[in-house]
Amino acid sequence: MLDLAEPKIDLAQREGATALSLRGLVKRYGNGPVILNGISLTVRPGERVALIGSNGSGKSTLLRCLIGLHEASAGEVITLGEDISSGARRAQLHTLRRQTGFVFQKHCLVRRRSVLSNVIHGMMGTKGSWRAFSHVTAPAAWREKALQALGDVGLSARAMERADALSGGQQQRVAIARALVRGPRLLIADEPAASLDPVAGREVMALFARLAADHGITLLFTSHDMTHAMEFADRVVALKNGRVFCDLPADRVTKGDLRDVFQA
Amino acid sequence: MSSKPDLPHRLTGLSPIAFVLMVAGLAVIFASMAQVAPGPQKLIDGTPGMVRLVNRMLPPNLDPGFLVRIGWKIIETFQIALVGAFLGILISLPVAWVSARGVTPARLAAPVTKAFVSLLRTVPDLVWALIFVATVGLGAVAGTMTILVDTVGFCGRFFAEAFEDADKEPQEALHAIGAGRFSVLLGAVLPDAMPSLINTSVFALEKAVRSSVVLGLVGAGGIGQELKVAFDLFQYRDASTIILAIFILVLGMEWLTDRLRKRLQ
Repeated sequence: MLDLAEPKIDLAQREGATALSLRGLVKRYGNGPVILNGISLTVRPGERVALIGSNGSGKSTLLRCLIGLHEASAGEVITLGEDISSGARRAQLHTLRRQTGFVFQKHCLVRRRSVLSNVIHGMMGTKGSWRAFSHVTAPAAWREKALQALGDVGLSARAMERADALSGGQQQRVAIARALVRGPRLLIADEPAASLDPVAGREVMALFARLAADHGITLLFTSHDMTHAMEFADRVVALKNGRVFCDLPADRVTKGDLRDVFQA
Repeated sequence: MSSKPDLPHRLTGLSPIAFVLMVAGLAVIFASMAQVAPGPQKLIDGTPGMVRLVNRMLPPNLDPGFLVRIGWKIIETFQIALVGAFLGILISLPVAWVSARGVTPARLAAPVTKAFVSLLRTVPDLVWALIFVATVGLGAVAGTMTILVDTVGFCGRFFAEAFEDADKEPQEALHAIGAGRFSVLLGAVLPDAMPSLINTSVFALEKAVRSSVVLGLVGAGGIGQELKVAFDLFQYRDASTIILAIFILVLGMEWLTDRLRKRLQ
C-alpha cells in the first residue's frame, strides 16, 4: 500500500478542521454571464463531497477555481489553508497544487508515453521535477512509488504499455494513480466516470472512495450519476444557476430534492 | 401534382466580387506570361544552342583524380547540410517553445520571436550565403551558417505550430498538479508533437542538402563552387560529372529520408 497522506487527525488540527472554505465565490468570464454567483461552502478534511447539478450549473468551473486553474472574479477561496482568491501568487498556487490531485472527465494521459511514465508525471511540481517527464529519467524512489500506485489501482502488470493501449476505464485508473502518487491531501475529480460505461464507471468511483477513505484524503467530485453521488459521498452539494441549491448528507437526499435540482 | 422544385444555382459560393477578383487574377497571369514566358519562337531559336551544350557536356569527365576531388566536395556538401540542419533543429526547439501560443514561458516575447523566425525564413538562402561569405569569408563555414539560419526559419515555424497543436488536456492535467511550463513541455507537449517534429526535421535535412548544393555558387563552400568554376572555364564535361554527382546526392538523400519517414510512421 502507498505511503500517502498523513493521518486525518493531523490534517484536521493543522487546518482548523477545514480543507476547503469558499465565501461568496463569483466567477464570470469577461463580460459573459455569471457562472458562479456567490458560492459559500466549507469542506472538512477527509470528507467526501459530491457536487451535482445540470449542465452549465458551474460544477467544473467551481472545481477549477479551487486550485486556481480559473481565477475567481470575486469572493474568498481558501484551499488547504492557501488563500487563492483573485490575485494569488504563483508560489501559493504551486504549494497548493503540490498537495492536490486532479482527475478530469477525460483521463488526460499523454497517449504516446508508457503507463508508468504517466503515473510518474504526478511527481511534477516537486523538487527536480524535470526528471518526472519519463520513467527513464525518474529517480528510483519515484519509479517505486509509481509502481505501487499502479498496484493500488490494479494495473502494475501494464506499467510498460503505451497509455493509449489501455481501455477507457483502465486509463481513468491510471489517471487516479497519477493523482495519488504524490500523496495528495485533496483529491478533486471532474465527472471521472462520465466517459465510461456503467460497470467501469462504478468501479472507478468505488476505487476513488476506497483510496480516499484508506488514506484520509478529502475527496470532491462532480457527477451526473446520482447513484454515484449517494453511494460514494458523505455529503451532496447541488448547484443550480451558479448557486448552492442544497447541501445535504448523502443518506438524506430524496428523489424530490433531485427533481428540484434538475428541473429548469 | 406538385410543382417542380427550383434547381439550385451551380455556383452558389461565388459572389460577384469573388468572380471579378478571379477574372482579374487570370488577367494578371496571362499578362505576365506575355512578358516573361518563353514563346515558341524563343524555344525554337534556343534549341540548337541547347544541343551544342549537351554535346560539349558529353561524355562526362570520369578521370579518377577528378572523381576523387568531386567525391570529397560531395562529402563536404553533405557535411554542410548535416551540421547546419542539426544545429538549426537544436536551436529551433527553444525558439519554437518561446514563440508557440499557449505553451510559451514568456508571453510578451512570443510575437517578437515569431517575427524573428519569419525574418529568417523570408530572406532567401542565397542572400544569407552572401551575408555570411561577407562576414566569415569564403568556404564551408559560411555555408553551414546559411543552412543553420535557413533551418531555424523553417523548423522554428513548424515546431511552434506542432507545439500549439499538441493535445491540451494532458497539459492542463499537469498544470493542475503544479507542474511548471518546462515540465509540461517535456512531459506532455514534446511527446505529442514528436511525430510532427521528426517529420519536419527530416524535411529540413532534405531541404538542407538541396540548398547546400547551390550555396557554392556564391562562394559558401561545397560542390556548387566546383560547378561554377567548371561553367566559368567552359569545362562542360566536368560540369556534367558534377551535375550527375549532385543528382546522386539529392536522390540518395530523398531515398534515405523517405525510408526514415516510413519507419517512423
